[in-house]
Amino acid sequence: MHGTFIDVEVSGAAASDPELARKLEEVCPVDIFAAAGGTVEIARENLDECVLCELCVEAAPRGTVVVRKLYDGTRLER
Amino acid sequence: MRFYEYESRRIVERAGIPVTDYGFATTAAEAGQAAERIGGPTVIKSQVLTGGRMKAGGVRFADSPEQAEADAAEILELEIGGHVPVGVLVDPKAEIEQEYYAAVLWDGRAKRPMMLFSDMGGIDIEQVAAEHPDHVGRGHLSNLHPIADFEAKQAVARCGMTGSALNRASAVLARLARLQRDYDMTLAEINPLARLADGSFVALDAHMEMEDEAVGRHKPMLHEIGVDLDEPRELYEPSEFERNVKAIDAADHRGVIQGKDHGFHGDLGLVIGAGGGSLTLTDAVRSQGGRPANYAEIGGNPSVAKSKGLAIEVLRKDGVEKIAVMMSIVSNTRVDIVARGVIKACLELGKDPAETIAIFRIPGAWEEEGYRILDRYGVEYCDRSVSMWEAAGRAVARVQGDRTGSQ
Amino acid sequence: MSVLLHEDFTFIVQGITGREAVNLTRECLDFGSAIVGGVTPGRKGREVHGVPVFDTVEQVVEHHGSAPDGAVVTVPPAFTKDAVLEAIENGIGLIVVVTERIPRADVAQMVELANERGARIIGPNCLGVIVPGVAKMGGIGGPARDAAKAYAPGPVGVMSRSGGMTTEISSTLTAAGLGVSTAVSIGGDAIIGSTYAELMPLFDADEQTEAIVIYTEPGGRMEAELVDWRERAGSELPIVAFMAGRFMDDEEMQGMSFGHAGTIVEGKEDSATEKIARLEAAGIPVVERIDEIPAAVKQKLGAAA
Repeated sequence: MHGTFIDVEVSGAAASDPELARKLEEVCPVDIFAAAGGTVEIARENLDECVLCELCVEAAPRGTVVVRKLYDGTRLER
Repeated sequence: MRFYEYESRRIVERAGIPVTDYGFATTAAEAGQAAERIGGPTVIKSQVLTGGRMKAGGVRFADSPEQAEADAAEILELEIGGHVPVGVLVDPKAEIEQEYYAAVLWDGRAKRPMMLFSDMGGIDIEQVAAEHPDHVGRGHLSNLHPIADFEAKQAVARCGMTGSALNRASAVLARLARLQRDYDMTLAEINPLARLADGSFVALDAHMEMEDEAVGRHKPMLHEIGVDLDEPRELYEPSEFERNVKAIDAADHRGVIQGKDHGFHGDLGLVIGAGGGSLTLTDAVRSQGGRPANYAEIGGNPSVAKSKGLAIEVLRKDGVEKIAVMMSIVSNTRVDIVARGVIKACLELGKDPAETIAIFRIPGAWEEEGYRILDRYGVEYCDRSVSMWEAAGRAVARVQGDRTGSQ
Repeated sequence: MSVLLHEDFTFIVQGITGREAVNLTRECLDFGSAIVGGVTPGRKGREVHGVPVFDTVEQVVEHHGSAPDGAVVTVPPAFTKDAVLEAIENGIGLIVVVTERIPRADVAQMVELANERGARIIGPNCLGVIVPGVAKMGGIGGPARDAAKAYAPGPVGVMSRSGGMTTEISSTLTAAGLGVSTAVSIGGDAIIGSTYAELMPLFDADEQTEAIVIYTEPGGRMEAELVDWRERAGSELPIVAFMAGRFMDDEEMQGMSFGHAGTIVEGKEDSATEKIARLEAAGIPVVERIDEIPAAVKQKLGAAA
């Protein structure tokens, strides 16, 4: 699942953490993440609205959230 | 916001300025009844938001209610300057001794409202001012202090009036001045203001325009006089393009987009911003032989979806194969976000961004990121070292290249 | 030197906790401006990028020890007039009004009170004032790094009815090696606090400013006022103008103009063509392209030297 310009990956275990899901939903200014039934759901229609603020990357445990820029192959992660 | 004559009359009437015993009718039958009630000869006037009613046949004189009904039936069917009337005003044909002109409007240079009064009403005030300047009295008003009656009296006296006419006219002008202030009118005009045989003054026609920015704080008054705020009051019927762009803008609060195509018939779509930049770029395209298909203003950092929406609407216009995406240096709007939007518009319409985007010239915030996106799709772009004029010229050359290439 | 702002200029931000105001505060601080306080009613005790927030302007004045030099007002349109009156009555001398869509009557009231109290208003609907290398007051030029890129110190004063074009023009002057003394986004509304003619005396008296560039559009009578001022004051400060919106003179674009009565108050409403003729008759060249501005300025400077 990805947009035209942006893709977001939440690694397996983290994706089903209800606490992280809630946090991601809260920090993303363009509503890419939704906490649905305790898991992280990605609103595909909002992916391309990503403003590269990295708030999701910062909010998640190291290495669990990756934002990919599909136009140049680079990634935002920590 | 412009008002119909019947609404303007209600506004001046509320302000205590005498009007005739008129009636407003939306059907011919109602017009006949109004004429019956008024009694005697009447004037039937088309209610449209445009001038030139008299010339277009939108004003008729009727001697009987039957005649009034027949005249109203015809006027209600008569389109004037593309406007269909919302009704007719049925007015008693008054016995007029003299016609006057009264108005209050903004003097932008003095930054104050100005009263205007003339004892030569009923005709074009511009002409009176040019040919008989001594028959036009003027007076500025303070924005802070209460409006005093003597200020209106001075303005009326300055056009050479005296006697009881002076006193009665001054009372009308003072009320008009308070109305202008109380309701944020950019223009409050009564022309003609008539003196009847008994010496009384009545407003025979009124023209009010309320500042759009102030409409929100006058809702109670507007409601009272029956104005529907959802009804569009444009000078011309908005096109499908204009309506669609407006809807896209309203659906998303992020950023602002505006689009017009009234008067534009070209083949180069413009996705441009913001206010001053749009004017400058439209000039630059036209001066270099380009033919814009539309005018647009992008500002306030719109979302990808909004930029895409505007680009799609522009690309959907007949005869538009290419768009030019250009702005003056941006500090709030983001270059990469607009780049995503316009490229996405091309892709969704099954077009190649490299072919469809004639030029992309938006320097400023997040430009490096934007240029990486444009590189990926092979879109021609330039930075601030290429002037707005030059960028516009490149877009024009690409469209013209297409045209000669296909011939 | 420069006009309006200087090294020790202090100002406040009214509406400082709003989204745009927070950005603007960051940008100005980064650029070196001294913001000594902010006001948002009900938010006293907070901080925005280290700037203390108060409920009233009076409290900021008390905290600061005297009235700050200026105020940036960025509050919703319905509250703007009150915020500006509050700044004026608390002794603030320069007020930049960022807010757009304010009814004309409100603007006219603020301006009349400012005149009575000896204060000056810039805007509304503007991006503010910038003195390259010294300070900026408002969102003009954007983030400090971007603003520094477009605005280098130099001898040209810039006044523009369009906020964005202020930066485009200044960037062009900077790239041409000329630079800017002070740039003022004066606002695009029908009634504004400070017109070209009202700011000219400041530039005229400024030692750094050797020429002026104005950006203008059809509508209003500000160019006529500028020409009148120049003649009356006998000013010889060279001016170069850029006129956008020439296409609006086209017959097909008509229909958006003022009513007849408007034309007899201020004289005939100026079209682009009429403005160009008026300016050029007064010895103010009107260029057709932004990129022609530096050469026109250099020519004027050469002639003056």
